[in-house]
Amino acid sequence: MGAYGDLVASIKATNFRHVALQTISLGMIVTSALIIWKGLMCFTGSESPVVVVLSGSMEPGFRRGDILFLHMGKAPIRAGEIVVFHVDGRDIPIVHRVIKVHENIEKGDYEVLTKGDNNTGDDRLLYAANQLWLQRQHIMGRAVGFLPYVGWVTIIMTEKPYIKVGFCCFLLLPFQLKNIFISPSLNFKSFHDTRVRVVEPDPWWAWAHASILFFLWN
Amino acid sequence: MYSWMLRVNTVLTLSVTVLALLCAVASMADNLHWHTPSVELEVVNVGPLERLRNGDDRVTLSLNIKADLESVFTWNTKQLFVFVAAEYWNPEEGFNQISLWDTIIEKKENAKINTQVKSKLLRRSTRIGYFTYPFQGKDLKGRDFNLTMYWNVMPVTGVFTTDKVVVPGFQLPQSYN
Repeated sequence: MGAYGDLVASIKATNFRHVALQTISLGMIVTSALIIWKGLMCFTGSESPVVVVLSGSMEPGFRRGDILFLHMGKAPIRAGEIVVFHVDGRDIPIVHRVIKVHENIEKGDYEVLTKGDNNTGDDRLLYAANQLWLQRQHIMGRAVGFLPYVGWVTIIMTEKPYIKVGFCCFLLLPFQLKNIFISPSLNFKSFHDTRVRVVEPDPWWAWAHASILFFLWN
Repeated sequence: MYSWMLRVNTVLTLSVTVLALLCAVASMADNLHWHTPSVELEVVNVGPLERLRNGDDRVTLSLNIKADLESVFTWNTKQLFVFVAAEYWNPEEGFNQISLWDTIIEKKENAKINTQVKSKLLRRSTRIGYFTYPFQGKDLKGRDFNLTMYWNVMPVTGVFTTDKVVVPGFQLPQSYN
């Protein structure tokens, strides 16, 4: 009765302005993360500027769980570059290296053949039926940067959805609610101050949440 | 203010920030590295020319590949992807590049290359660890081509860089026995 009464009292004592401020601040952090993502898409010219390596076909260079930064650019693709491409009919993009290039001046275009470093054959088996070469429209970008191991967060979240759900229900939401409802009213009670206390969200805490939400969304 | 959740959060965020900074510094420090590689490529023999069903020609090239890439390694280098490509210009089409041989060098001690390979069919040599590819294209008789050795530096973290040494002036013979 005592705890329940306290909870009800603290919910009633919540300042609407405070809740609105917390929600808007969190929303702004999430939206600025989204802005950064979309801005990266524009800047690099690639539809997915950050990708996670999912298979071992490029070992020992790229292992499962590594992150690649992509950039498209206008320069033509040359042999030796690592490209990420889509094959018609498959939804997962593939990261492999270009081994052959042939240009077509009159069309102003070029065709490439790719192969994974660890594969014993070229990628013609992976292309669509009757497709022997990749064209520019299939290529999402070429890899310019590399970060090891960070992609495991996305792999775990995607492949084990109960971790994703559990994280949301048991960690994020209660922590958010606690911050919005309970802690400010505790502060309010302990000080004999009748002015409204505005609690600024700790920026590092909010950024951590935004990055976790980013990985979940991806 | 001192709940364990907040502490864990702060520690995690701080460590991620520090790691990201270290990666950026490591990547930028790579730009300061000077390297002096030495490369020798020669074509020992040009084998028979086959006419393929799709109209392409295929030639067997015997190559002699010598290189010393030890100076390219830095502490931020995970591996070097080295390949030799034949490049030629086609008046009808344009630029063409075909990889003839590639290998992966993971350690500085293995960075001296001295092999003779036949670029015939897509084959993997499991003993020494390289791939060879066929030299195939449209109308290869009498074609002038360059042999270029490229190495793609794959870092532990950071930006990929590629460098090359071009050896120009090869030519496929007009007639074959």
